Amino acid sequence: MMEAETQTPLLRISALTKRFGGFTALDNVSVDIPPGERFGLIGPNGSGKTTLINCISGAFRTEPGTVTFRDEDITRLQPHMRTRRGIARSFQIPRPFRSMTVAENLMVGLDFAADTSVIVSEAQRREAMMSILTRMGLASKANVSANQLSQVELRKMELARAMATHPKLLISDEAMAGLSSSEVDEVLDLLMSLADQDITIIMIEHIMQAVMRFSDRVMCLEAGKIIAIGTPDEVMANQRVQEAYLGT
Amino acid sequence: MKRTGIYFWTGAALFLGGALLMTQLIGNQYPFFAGYVILQFIVLAVSWSILGGYAGYVNFGTAAFFGMGVYTAVFLFKATGAPLPVQIAAAAAVGALMGFALGLLTLRMQGIFFSIATIAATIIIETAITNWRYVGGAAGIQLQRPAVTAPFDNYVEMLFFVQALLVVLAVAVSRYIQRSWMGRGLQALKDDELAAECTGVPTLRLKLMACVISGALMCAAGAPSAMYLQYADPSSAFNLNYSVSTLAMSLIGGTAHWAGPVIGAIVLGTTQQLLTVTISSEVNVLVLGVMLVLFVVAAPEGIIGLVRRFRRKRNEGEG
Ligand SMILES: Nc1ncnc2c1ncn2[C@@H]1O[C@H](COP(=O)(O)OP(=O)(O)OP(=O)(O)O)[C@@H](O)[C@H]1O
Ligand SMILES: [Mg+2]
Repeated sequence: MMEAETQTPLLRISALTKRFGGFTALDNVSVDIPPGERFGLIGPNGSGKTTLINCISGAFRTEPGTVTFRDEDITRLQPHMRTRRGIARSFQIPRPFRSMTVAENLMVGLDFAADTSVIVSEAQRREAMMSILTRMGLASKANVSANQLSQVELRKMELARAMATHPKLLISDEAMAGLSSSEVDEVLDLLMSLADQDITIIMIEHIMQAVMRFSDRVMCLEAGKIIAIGTPDEVMANQRVQEAYLGT
Repeated sequence: MKRTGIYFWTGAALFLGGALLMTQLIGNQYPFFAGYVILQFIVLAVSWSILGGYAGYVNFGTAAFFGMGVYTAVFLFKATGAPLPVQIAAAAAVGALMGFALGLLTLRMQGIFFSIATIAATIIIETAITNWRYVGGAAGIQLQRPAVTAPFDNYVEMLFFVQALLVVLAVAVSRYIQRSWMGRGLQALKDDELAAECTGVPTLRLKLMACVISGALMCAAGAPSAMYLQYADPSSAFNLNYSVSTLAMSLIGGTAHWAGPVIGAIVLGTTQQLLTVTISSEVNVLVLGVMLVLFVVAAPEGIIGLVRRFRRKRNEGEG
């Protein structure tokens, strides 16, 4: 922890507030995420987790508050610019490109946000696409329409498509919701293996065992406020966290 | 990949050669009068689909672009006596600017609001032209065709060939877009705009590009029309019929592939020409409406979709 805090953070969120009309979904949230961290984000339903992700990825404009990524203020950048700088995300409810095959879904990322210092030719793009699909266990589905995927395959494709943009920060929004326990392990192993490759990961999850196993650090939101942040054990032992979870 | 390119350009060359040969061999004027209209609708439908099909932003303002093309030609011809190629190039530039302005103002809106804005734009532009005396105002303006250029011996034949050139241009552009990164980006944003943004697609810029290209081509398609009719008036140049027909042709042909609008325009355009000759032009509208309803209900992907489904079935049958 000590070393992590002296490093410059990969992502810095400072004093972020997000209101929908009169309703405050995020209230003065500040947090630093150092490079390489596996960061767990928890909180009861409606506590603002997805809203925070939307602010980081640029889907929502924030006012006030700033988002800094690799020492650059990205608060005003459009989502695609943030993606190109290395922030990728999955969606809580999968949002595949339905008229495309799995391979084409990934090609969108590779066409628009691939690492152009490594990937130049069409052949290299295809190769990168196949290697991501293979890692995600989707190679056999490459030419299947995204419409025909099962739930777990859709979740994996969300992650695969995010990976195609060669992220430095990958945000996974409940990639395991609704999956069987063996499927949860499968996706968790995938995320673990990505984290081993110098990709910083923010994982939102309701499944506590998964959060505990995965995270270096956990943050708990309730009603738009941070109520606890620390090691998984510390956060689970926290009185307010327990109340927040029992209370809902 | 390479081979389909060779087929495509061979086909385009054969098409142009055929059109040129027709003008040299056929003496009767009627085929050129009718053919010109069909070619014009191919250009309109193909250009419309670049935004309406690939990006899924339904433009009801085809008539605005077409009419501006007509009036750009009228203005240039009256003011400077500019030759036809200059009229067309200027119309394309005007259409690109119009597309850019319309896009900037409206492409942030989603689906239906964009469509409504395009109708509003049509009305505004038509009203402006109606009140512009120099180009004839509401009463319209008569135009005297200049002498025809060799190898053509008749102006309508020449316009027919010029429109055939525009067809090749529009189809080549549309085909290029469909097969390039731009097409992939447009398809992604049509499926899901936020997911596209978060996958790195600059959605607003791509939509603007599509709007500019589509607008330029639709405007260019309108430019020769002034000389074709030797007359222009706002209510026919900005006729809603252009918007409706173009949309119907694209949807009936299918917008997932560049060939869809071509097929749609040929099928519907030919039907309309036959009906005009045999029954009356009023029946056109009825037939258009009925066909559109039939397709929307029975084959929402258009003729292209039907062909694809048929092929897939056959492949599955074999495999
Ligand atoms: N676009 C929006 N407009 C209005 N209110 C919104 C919007 N998005 C989220 N909210 C509200 O903000 C609050 C936080 O929502 P958010 O989706 O961030 O919760 P969450 O922590 O992700 O919950 P869950 O665990 O159910 O996914 C909720 O009360 C929600 O109704
Ligand atoms: Mg959520």
